Amino acid sequence: MAIKNHVKMSIQSLSENVGIARVTAAAFAAQLDLTLNEIEEIKVAVSEAISNSVIHGYGNQDGVIEFIMNLYDDKIEYIISDYGRGIDDITLARQPSYSSDPERMGLGFVFMESFMDELDIRSEPNKGTTVKMAKKIQSNTAH
Amino acid sequence: MNISTLLRQGVLIVRVEGELDMHVADEFRQRVDDALDSCGAKNLILNLEGVSFIDSSGLGVILGRYKRISNNGGKVSATNVQSQVAKIFELSGLFRIMKLYESENQALESL
Repeated sequence: MAIKNHVKMSIQSLSENVGIARVTAAAFAAQLDLTLNEIEEIKVAVSEAISNSVIHGYGNQDGVIEFIMNLYDDKIEYIISDYGRGIDDITLARQPSYSSDPERMGLGFVFMESFMDELDIRSEPNKGTTVKMAKKIQSNTAH
Repeated sequence: MNISTLLRQGVLIVRVEGELDMHVADEFRQRVDDALDSCGAKNLILNLEGVSFIDSSGLGVILGRYKRISNNGGKVSATNVQSQVAKIFELSGLFRIMKLYESENQALESL
């Protein structure tokens, strides 16, 4: 399916940029007639994915996160890639309450999964992680 | 993020404003822990009226404070929670361990 709109950002792995990414994700979604609730869901999902790259992918060290937003006729897609540490066991990482840090709840992937209609995670240890997620949209809602 | 703390009837009330994500998580944790250390309160009320966004990093800090307080036999409650934040609380199961109230007064009365 043809891409109707596309934005690609390169984000330095800094906690400050998590907020910038989710606000940008919301702005990209604003070209659709989504509900405020749906936009909030996108913000949470993107926030989780970028936070994962900063915290787990790069271990709060320097790194680059690639953030791609694509609009199709039937869905809005967000792709977050890092070139960090990677995830050893994706199935395990997707379980609720999986976390390497006791103060974190391990809910990142749970929120991504609950709030988006599609979630695809590819990861290779020491190569990085790519999270692709999309929300389906009703046709003819794009302005 | 803005945080103010006050003590009412021996209960620590923390009023938070802003977006609770990983960027502010450390400061949020530190400020609440410092206030708990210095006032010695057993119970905590989080007034989240000014919190427009929360993700798992913000939830993690709240969960951490809950563990600390409940280990000492205390209670944590939240007040004035905006709907999008309430939804995240619900999905995470935080509602099962923490009560929500419409106001600080209501939360204080129920303690």
